[in-house]
Amino acid sequence: MAGARRTKASYMDDLLQEFLTETNESLDTVDVELVRFEQEPNNAKILDNIFRLVHTIKGTCGFLGLPRLQKLAHAAESLMGKFRDGMPVTGEAVTLVLSTIDRTKDILVALEKTQLEPAGDDNDLIGALDKMALQAAAQPRPIQPGQSVGTLVHQILERTLRPGEVTLDELERAFRETPGPATQPAKAMPAKAVPSKPAPSKPIPPIPAKAPAESDDEERSDGKTANQSIRVNLDTLEHLMTMVSELVLTRNQLLDIMRRHVESDFKVPLQRLSNVTAELQEGVMKTRMQPIGNAWQKLPRIVRDLSAELGKDIELEMHGADTELDRQVLERIKDPLTHMVRNSADHGLETRAERIAAGKPEKGTIRLSAYHQGGHIIISIADDGRGLDTARIREKALANGLATEAEIEKMSEAQIHKFIFAPGFSTAAKITSVSGRGVGMDVVRNNIDQIGGSCDVNSVRGEGLNFTIKIPLTLAIISALIVEAGGDRFAIPQLAVVELVRVHAKSEHRIERIKDAAVLRLRNKLLPLVRLTTLLKFDSGDAAPERGFIVVTQVGAQTFGIVVDGVYHTEEIVVKPMSTMLRHIGMFSGNTILGDGAVIMIVDPNGVAQETGATVAANTLIPDQAAADTGRAADTTSLLVFRAGSPAPKAVPLSLVTRLEEIDGSTIELSNDRHMVQYRGQLMPLVRINDDVRIKSEGTQPLLVFSDGGRSMGLVVDEIVDIVDESLDIQVGSDRQGILGSAVVRGQATEIIDVGHFLPLAYDDWFRGGERVVHQSARTLLFVDDSAFFRNMLTPVLKAAGYEVTAVAGANEALSLLKSGGRFDLLVTDLEMPGMDGFALAEAVRDEANLAGMPIIALSSYSSPESIERGREVGFHDYVAKFDRQSLVAALKEQSAEMDRAA
Amino acid sequence: MTKKTDTASEQFTEYVTVIIGDQLFGLSISRVQDVFIPDRLTKVPLAPPEVAGVLNLRGRIVTAIDMRSRLDLDKRASGQPVMAIGIDLRGESYGLLVDAVGEVLKFPDSACEAKPANLDPRWARVASGVIRLEGQLLVVLDVDRVLDMRKRAIAA
Repeated sequence: MAGARRTKASYMDDLLQEFLTETNESLDTVDVELVRFEQEPNNAKILDNIFRLVHTIKGTCGFLGLPRLQKLAHAAESLMGKFRDGMPVTGEAVTLVLSTIDRTKDILVALEKTQLEPAGDDNDLIGALDKMALQAAAQPRPIQPGQSVGTLVHQILERTLRPGEVTLDELERAFRETPGPATQPAKAMPAKAVPSKPAPSKPIPPIPAKAPAESDDEERSDGKTANQSIRVNLDTLEHLMTMVSELVLTRNQLLDIMRRHVESDFKVPLQRLSNVTAELQEGVMKTRMQPIGNAWQKLPRIVRDLSAELGKDIELEMHGADTELDRQVLERIKDPLTHMVRNSADHGLETRAERIAAGKPEKGTIRLSAYHQGGHIIISIADDGRGLDTARIREKALANGLATEAEIEKMSEAQIHKFIFAPGFSTAAKITSVSGRGVGMDVVRNNIDQIGGSCDVNSVRGEGLNFTIKIPLTLAIISALIVEAGGDRFAIPQLAVVELVRVHAKSEHRIERIKDAAVLRLRNKLLPLVRLTTLLKFDSGDAAPERGFIVVTQVGAQTFGIVVDGVYHTEEIVVKPMSTMLRHIGMFSGNTILGDGAVIMIVDPNGVAQETGATVAANTLIPDQAAADTGRAADTTSLLVFRAGSPAPKAVPLSLVTRLEEIDGSTIELSNDRHMVQYRGQLMPLVRINDDVRIKSEGTQPLLVFSDGGRSMGLVVDEIVDIVDESLDIQVGSDRQGILGSAVVRGQATEIIDVGHFLPLAYDDWFRGGERVVHQSARTLLFVDDSAFFRNMLTPVLKAAGYEVTAVAGANEALSLLKSGGRFDLLVTDLEMPGMDGFALAEAVRDEANLAGMPIIALSSYSSPESIERGREVGFHDYVAKFDRQSLVAALKEQSAEMDRAA
Repeated sequence: MTKKTDTASEQFTEYVTVIIGDQLFGLSISRVQDVFIPDRLTKVPLAPPEVAGVLNLRGRIVTAIDMRSRLDLDKRASGQPVMAIGIDLRGESYGLLVDAVGEVLKFPDSACEAKPANLDPRWARVASGVIRLEGQLLVVLDVDRVLDMRKRAIAA
């Protein structure tokens, strides 16, 4: 044999290569099939299938002169022959066959490297296999002594290796004619021993990867399907893809030229060329598509082994295994998926005893599913195990310095769970051989990030864990938005782009600046902005972006605006990887050649997000935007820090500030002893925080503009310092007018100003004067108001009155919060609200037995005798006009005193 | 490595000669893929200073390395002609920007002498030896070292 290999070296090399590919595939299938077989030991079709695969491997090994492999395969085949003969299928026996397959794989790896079978013997395994087969002889149905069968087959094979090959079809037929287990077993052995050698160069039909959970797939594994497919070298496909990419580029180039020549004879043929190219592109892309089941193929075996190793009963369900995706993507998610399934089995699922104790089915389930959703594939890995241990993650995050105690306190469970994606984060109490080898979810997340995907986790303690992975269908050709920045063009992947906003000085959307950070107020949200030119270090970022386009981009939960100078069009681009020399630039994910032949960089939204996170950390670290959306008051407040009149910093909740302006001091007019400025076609009164503030008569004068109900007021300040997210905890009350009290902001004692005090200074009828606040022991208060303005405006007032305030935007929300066990000492509610109004809320609260005693204060902008009467009926303790802060604070005090008395 | 021709007992190597600044350099011809005039160079923001940009050469994206910058020479005056030597490294295409490309010269390997101790250290990093010509020195560039900019990239 060895001699034959040397003389026909290249022919044999090819053959060996093909053998390796085929055998590896066959072995993977055997893995899957065996696990399935163990579950359905009576399924003759599965057994036939396994038997045939192993037999083919054995035959081919003989042909290629690989005695070690051949002996192994032979021993395994003998044992499986026993199964066919009716020997009961035990887990032990299957484990033995599986370890034989593992050994075979090891040998194949060495074979691939050295072209030679590695030295060594497998007598241990072969002995065990033979022993197991012999035991079969002692079984109730000892049809034929196992040993003699084995020898017989072996000998015949040796002799008939090269000449007289039998076609695979005949072999198939032989097997097909072979009856299932327990019937006519004596005939079965010789029948398959004769057609011992299939043509070695004839490919074994690749068995399509299937979810073992499906049971209707037996039919598909027969020759028919296989004959319709051919094996193509991956390099050939890759090359084809590259050529198509080139074709797409050339087509784009031609189209580009065509745009400049309106009348041309080329127009029609070019149009056709374009269509054909598009179809070709689609076709070639399809050849790269593989069912995700290919990535799952190894999982049943892994789960089976884990199940044995960990002593847990685990069922692996797989749905949507035929969902197709680009093989490049497939390769990249294979390992992460395996890792996650291991994790679920090891850490997620409880032990049998724990499960029984928890009243769960004894058998734990891991469910994999995949489906398409708008250009993405969604893969979910769910288990019904114990879920994430929030407390442990919290501890670990603290220990690893990922967050401070204060930060963690404010986080929701879901936010805390996200820490598992942080580098080096593993909560497994003990490191097992299964997982917890120092690589964790961060690696998974990295792999997924690299292919432009995202990963999310959803866990319910005691009920299970669900990972959701969202990945693009393909990496090769993507749709991108072509933009301009600093005179160069860049591509931004369309998938990350949410919308485009055009800004100029007079447009509705304007770029505002808060100290160094530019923000866009878009539909009542502050969107952090970052200039592409600044990110790319074309400029220092000093120039205020006054006009341009904002590409609103979303990466995970983070939304930000990328400011660009111009937007061209969207184009299907072929992603080419960056040269290794440039790969360290996190801002780009690749480059591409445009239709006009120019090379441009593809901006990586993930990279931008990271950079943005660093510069606008305040807005990204704490997703209070989302929290504010749902109405549940964010535990932190965005504060605008400024200086006015004294060097000590002052702050005001940012959400109260409508705009930041810088006006020319010379435009300030004095009318009726009041400072005014013409602002948006109206006269806007200017107010000073105290007499120490000088209103400039020249140069730029910064203003904080507060608007409500069509009226605006400008608060004159000396300097805008910063914008920060801090929990607004007014620690020291103030008896100075216009100051609510002091809080620690940016580690510095900062005066929190009371906007409510200044508004009436501008318009006498706006509000009434300031109220001295007294800090009291914290009581919890639920504040319901549909107007964001009033929520923001009154929350500090209520806080200053000594309450821990939770503000929500609607009655329904308040009610569900109360019903779900939220404990509040006091409810303050607006009366006029869309949907359920304040009256209805009060009635609903009164109906709840355990809430009946809670005092309710109604706020209303009007107070008719009827409404006050109705308020009494539904059980309001007090009824305060919305603008009457004094009465509100008095009412709060009264309630507190009442509660103190009651206590 | 380098293409060797066996004549008698001597091994010969052919060099593509290029001029960078005022100095003559040689690159082993076996490493040179093609010579081209760089066109439509796209700057790569945030790239190491040696990377002049990227360009499209017959559908391939080529990373252009400015050899003047790589060798710490003065910047090329604008309008001055520039040529590029195409190099393939591990499946990626690079273009070394030089001032001019000269003829291909063949030398016996024995003609290539060790780098003089006093060779500018910035050049010594990327040179594998020197060849004495009539009236001038030809510095033989080691393409792998020229393209190995890891240390530089980190420092930058």
